[in-house]
Amino acid sequence: MGQPQRPRRRLAVVAPSTSKGTLVVIEGADDIGRSTHIHLLKHWLERSGHGVVETSTAQSVVAGKGLKKARAGHMLGGLTMSLFYATAFADQLERDVKPALRAGFVVLMDRYTYSLMASAAIRGADAQWLKRVYSFAPTPDLVIYLRTNVDALVSRVVNTTGFNYWESGMDLRLGDDLFDSFVEYQGRLLTALDAMASKHRFHVVDAAGNVDAVADTLQSLVAPLLVRT
Amino acid sequence: MKAYGEHHFPGRLFVVEGIDGSGKSTQLALLEQWLAAEGYGTFFSEWNSSPLVQHATRSAKKKRLLTPTTFSLIHATDFADRTERDITPRLKAGGVVLADRYAYTGFARDVARGVGRAWVRNLYRFAVKPTVAFYFRVPVKKALARIVGGRDAISYYEAGMDLHLSTDLEESFCLFQGAVIDEYERMVDEFGLVAIDASASIEAQQVQMRDVVASALAGVRKSGHPEWDSLSALAGGSPS
Repeated sequence: MGQPQRPRRRLAVVAPSTSKGTLVVIEGADDIGRSTHIHLLKHWLERSGHGVVETSTAQSVVAGKGLKKARAGHMLGGLTMSLFYATAFADQLERDVKPALRAGFVVLMDRYTYSLMASAAIRGADAQWLKRVYSFAPTPDLVIYLRTNVDALVSRVVNTTGFNYWESGMDLRLGDDLFDSFVEYQGRLLTALDAMASKHRFHVVDAAGNVDAVADTLQSLVAPLLVRT
Repeated sequence: MKAYGEHHFPGRLFVVEGIDGSGKSTQLALLEQWLAAEGYGTFFSEWNSSPLVQHATRSAKKKRLLTPTTFSLIHATDFADRTERDITPRLKAGGVVLADRYAYTGFARDVARGVGRAWVRNLYRFAVKPTVAFYFRVPVKKALARIVGGRDAISYYEAGMDLHLSTDLEESFCLFQGAVIDEYERMVDEFGLVAIDASASIEAQQVQMRDVVASALAGVRKSGHPEWDSLSALAGGSPS
């Protein structure tokens, strides 16, 4: 027997060339109804006989709980938060998304690298650095951007969850109080997502319409991507 | 975001690197003692010890949930927290920081796991460049023999068992750490690591380390021990 071999250089990034599923991403601001629409799309797809996996970064087994705990504390730096999210995202991608795509599922992912990069950039991360950090993520087949404006977000939030510390960017102290900081922070996020929308050809859907009308639009966007049965 | 090499802080950052069993932690502990005796306050930062992140890492390792990419990212997250919370503020304040393992550990291990060399270097680009980074060079068999407790003390990931190089723990350790050593060797020139022959006596290595550190300490404020100050004040202030 010869000498044992040194580890082979393995590719950490699996090329998506073997995948035959469909990756659909829903992007948009906090509390804009992303999960409602993912839920509706899932039911519609399953009724038509497509296998569906829905997932989000928050579900990461490796980092989800840790991230939640870290956000509950009083000290989480911008860089640390950005990398914690990148870990959670990579975990979901490798654990849920890639296997499901290989098995031919339609994967509905609540948010993708875009909003994670936007929130990291607002916290001072360099754009080129972020792009390279997230270079392991495959390009989705379709990115739907549920678009709104800050006024609509405010009226939504004020009547539901109230103003959350992180969703108001209070770690950055962009205003004197939660409300002022929320308006400034969400405004910056929207500006960043809008810029990405034209660059990466998101399908922009006005989130202000009634739920059924938005759901119909989403179905018409997803339908052409599906395997015909 | 300032990149590696772009920070200019009044403090000093001394780092030890090398595979498990290279003796680097022993050397750093001896250095810490000496610095204290010389009147320098130091802060010690250990790899994988962020209060925000280490629990998630430990649990994921225990359940063997990590891929090369998530392994790399979660360690970078831990490092980012310690950089933001501990290392940068102290260096800005002129303190002396000692780190047991640094970004180079990420470069060595993650590349040995198959992660791209350029990708992981970019990932840690926010790292503050150390004043001096020591690399303790040791043959893998010698390191293995030094690991106290033998094979029970070797962890699954440290042996690279996730790469399925061998079903035997010790053999896998040698193969994986051999690849880690290859990465360290290429970093000696790339990052100007100060290589120390870790096969030499503990005393000889420490002398070498202290020489290098001493010449890098010019201009650093000594903090002294508060207890000592008050004791000497008492001794000097009271009439005999």
